[in-house]
Amino acid sequence: MADKLRLGFNGKYQVKDVAIALGDPAPWDPSTKFSVVGSRVPRLDGPAKTTGAARYAIDVRLPGLLYGRILRSPLAAATVKSIDLSAAKALPGVRAALALAEPGEKIRFAGQEVAAVAADTPERAEDALAAIRVAYDPLPFVVTIEDAGRPGAPLVFEGQATTRSSAGDMPSGRKALPREGNVLGPRLTSKGNVGEGFRKADAVVEGTYVTQVQTHNALETHGLVARFDGDELTVWASTQGIFSVRDELAEAMKIPASKVKVITEYMGGGFGAKFGARIEGVTAARLAREAGAPVKLFLDRKEEQLAAGNRPSSVQWIKAGATKDGKLTALHLIVRGTGGTNGGTGTSGPIKNIYACDNLQVEEFDVFTNAGPSAAMRAPGHPQGSFALEATLDELARELGMDPLELRMKNDPSEVRREEFRIGAEKIGWQTRDSRRATKDPAVRRGVGVGAAVWYNTGDTGPRATVTIHRDGSAGVEHGLQDLGTGSRTMVAIVAAEELGLPLEKVSVHIGDTRMPFGPASGGSTTTPSSAPTIRRAAWQAKRKLAEAVARQWKVPAESVVIAGGTVSAPGDPARKVSWPEACRLLPDEGVAATADRAENHEDAWKRFTGGAQFAQVEVDTETGKVRVERVVAVHDCGIVLNALATESQIQGGVIQGLSYALFENRILDRQTGRMVNPNTEQYKMAGSLDVPEIEVILVPVWDGVNNTHSVGIGEPAVVPTAAAIANAVSHAVGARIRQLPITPEVVLAAVDEARAKGGRT
Amino acid sequence: MKDGSKGGFTRRDLVRGSLVGAVGAAVGVKAPEAGPSRIGPGPAPLELTVNGAVHRLSVEPRVTLADALRETIGLTGTKVVCGRGACGACTVLLDGETVCSCLLLAHEAAGRPITTIEGLAAGGRLTPLQEAFIAADALQCGFCTSGMVLSCQRLLARNPKPTRGEIREAVSGNLCRCGTYNHVFEAVERAAGMKKADAGTPADLFASRFPAPDSRLTDDPRVAMATREAMDAEEV
Repeated sequence: MADKLRLGFNGKYQVKDVAIALGDPAPWDPSTKFSVVGSRVPRLDGPAKTTGAARYAIDVRLPGLLYGRILRSPLAAATVKSIDLSAAKALPGVRAALALAEPGEKIRFAGQEVAAVAADTPERAEDALAAIRVAYDPLPFVVTIEDAGRPGAPLVFEGQATTRSSAGDMPSGRKALPREGNVLGPRLTSKGNVGEGFRKADAVVEGTYVTQVQTHNALETHGLVARFDGDELTVWASTQGIFSVRDELAEAMKIPASKVKVITEYMGGGFGAKFGARIEGVTAARLAREAGAPVKLFLDRKEEQLAAGNRPSSVQWIKAGATKDGKLTALHLIVRGTGGTNGGTGTSGPIKNIYACDNLQVEEFDVFTNAGPSAAMRAPGHPQGSFALEATLDELARELGMDPLELRMKNDPSEVRREEFRIGAEKIGWQTRDSRRATKDPAVRRGVGVGAAVWYNTGDTGPRATVTIHRDGSAGVEHGLQDLGTGSRTMVAIVAAEELGLPLEKVSVHIGDTRMPFGPASGGSTTTPSSAPTIRRAAWQAKRKLAEAVARQWKVPAESVVIAGGTVSAPGDPARKVSWPEACRLLPDEGVAATADRAENHEDAWKRFTGGAQFAQVEVDTETGKVRVERVVAVHDCGIVLNALATESQIQGGVIQGLSYALFENRILDRQTGRMVNPNTEQYKMAGSLDVPEIEVILVPVWDGVNNTHSVGIGEPAVVPTAAAIANAVSHAVGARIRQLPITPEVVLAAVDEARAKGGRT
Repeated sequence: MKDGSKGGFTRRDLVRGSLVGAVGAAVGVKAPEAGPSRIGPGPAPLELTVNGAVHRLSVEPRVTLADALRETIGLTGTKVVCGRGACGACTVLLDGETVCSCLLLAHEAAGRPITTIEGLAAGGRLTPLQEAFIAADALQCGFCTSGMVLSCQRLLARNPKPTRGEIREAVSGNLCRCGTYNHVFEAVERAAGMKKADAGTPADLFASRFPAPDSRLTDDPRVAMATREAMDAEEV
């Protein structure tokens, strides 16, 4: 059937005929008076997390538990000659030891797994690592893009590149790409003709922008606890996808998936790097099997820094042209990035998908280096792409003598984002930004900058959920979803409570177990738009079953029974009206339950990309080069907001991570030894409480009708434009372009010198 | 450390430990009056007073307080993130002061009162600070939360009406990767009675919530389509 839906935002709607799947409720109408949806709901696991009662995978304790540890290569490139585990195995308390590399196997980065042990205490496991004897033949290595691209450079991969892949890694492209030495690519994207576009342009700018490698640093490290009971494996994992852990372990351990159970009750962050069992998870299971005892294997912080994933670096050359009235005529991006022994380093999402331009060319190269493999990280490719693109737009605006925001508005085809630009500009005081550059301290300059967000995902089919209405009027939801800290558990309760018309405390939520109906992996900002419509559908169907049960008692057609506002009634018949609890008492002992699969997205609805605009205001000390971010205004859309509090938290978090990326974070590898010199949390600097600005979050609700809840994820769009906005603000403050992240005092002072040299304003 | 303190760890225990212990990597524990003494390297008896309860353990001298709490006693609310005192996740109160339990050896804490996150909600009732953390959503993944709460608890015990700057300073040793800092500041202000809890209204977060339908969209119809083409453009 097709429903007429009102879709749009900000009071502006179009009516569209949208086909609704059988058994799925139609998307909410903009006139809906919600009881829970859209309010500020404190997360359900708040009490458990603030009292220490929440049990994370790393907290699991079992009788006879052993502690697993991994020995890693200290060399960036080497051939393993031999691995001798005998001395380690002979130590007291050591119960299992494994070689993770074969003699003759090549080591490709410092930190690569070589062997593993399990012992009865963490300290004895540590002792055992020290007793393992590994002989290596060292090989030459490369750890920088420049070195890796030189003719005759040592090859990271001699033959076919065997990049690591686990669920959630960035694809390196759909087809085989040419490779020359360590350089793979280009992946080409082309639209129109950039040559013609540049000929039509009245202004052309170009520049090279460099970004660093960022590591995820979820506070709970990677790992799991594995326990065999006969041929059945139970695992407590810190993961973004319990089902991908199950499937990878089943495959690696050669047991049926039905005999693997994965549990994630609470999870200490992921940010993209925690999908699948990964090597440490498989190692834990192998150690548990060998020892005949449960094994806990979690990485320590150093291992996490070396081998658990990272956001690749980039060197982006970008050229843009526009006519004098500000219409973009051509965009050209050539990017080289390194994800160490992994590919997937492209940064072209923003340039392809934010501003409209008829002529576009993108050439993306992956450069292999002897460094830990990258993994998907919160909006892969986008913060780096956004930094280069938004800086280029500012340069173009300067060349055209046009306001940078006006240039963006002229080329942004999204009405939602244009509205977000307008709202943010007003809040940050865009119009007065030039007059506010001076501060009381003549050495300190203020600047304001802007950047745009884009994201793509509206969720997908696959998830399944069961909603049960019990005779006592309460309800339960079972859904194999993991809550990374994003508030997914609470989201599930909100959707069920809204649909059933129950207060939140009457809904219990069970997540985090592969024995439950399949839940989506939490990545790509797809969790909410995949799960929420599934929960709503199951709740809607359970509610229909309640109506049917009541209708049977009343001997009326089920369609005539209406459930709304806490009552169940047959309109027109005043005798047939009972409260929700009274209606539930009419149910059989088992209550009623419905298991539903998520319906397909409504392709005929107002399907669109997610937008967002962020404005940053900074103070720059031109004598010390220190940047202080004073304020960030983050205006975002993510469909209909289910939990305003958690959504605001997600955006706060995205901005803070973006700030941390812009100003501080930097994995530093020593070119002489090939090792990371800051594999910790004090020299790998991340934003702390003294660094965070005032962050104002504003949400623009969008009724897109793509799923029955209009829900869209926000985790990734929130981090896309922050670094760009901050870099543009610093450039505005000092009067010269920032072309490198992180924006350290050294980078700032170089820009200050550049501005002085050209006689610019400083 | 007091001699003869009830259930405490005494110098006599240290000496006894040193006699039992073998040679090797022993860890010296200060006992000025009795001169140098050693325990270990094998497991040595130890009593820890945690949240008012006395726990009798036998752990190697090299075991950190964090590991003894987590792995031996099973109080896993204390988290270990960096393992070198740089992130504050393992914060506990020792003699009422915040310390990084990953930097202390368990034996160094013998006989001294330790408060972990599990010790705050006496009788299952949340403290005003814990309630404020929940209300302000000052936690996301929750892995830094134990340390954050204890650092804030210590701050409020010393300074019941802290300024925003003082709160920032108080948690400057607590790393949060999810980015909860602003909400932590708000939680402390709420707990201190300096900021009224709002009534759960989303009002000012939204640019427009349910405006009346009155006009047509002017979105460029090519938006989604044109950009989608670019996104999906075949690799050539």
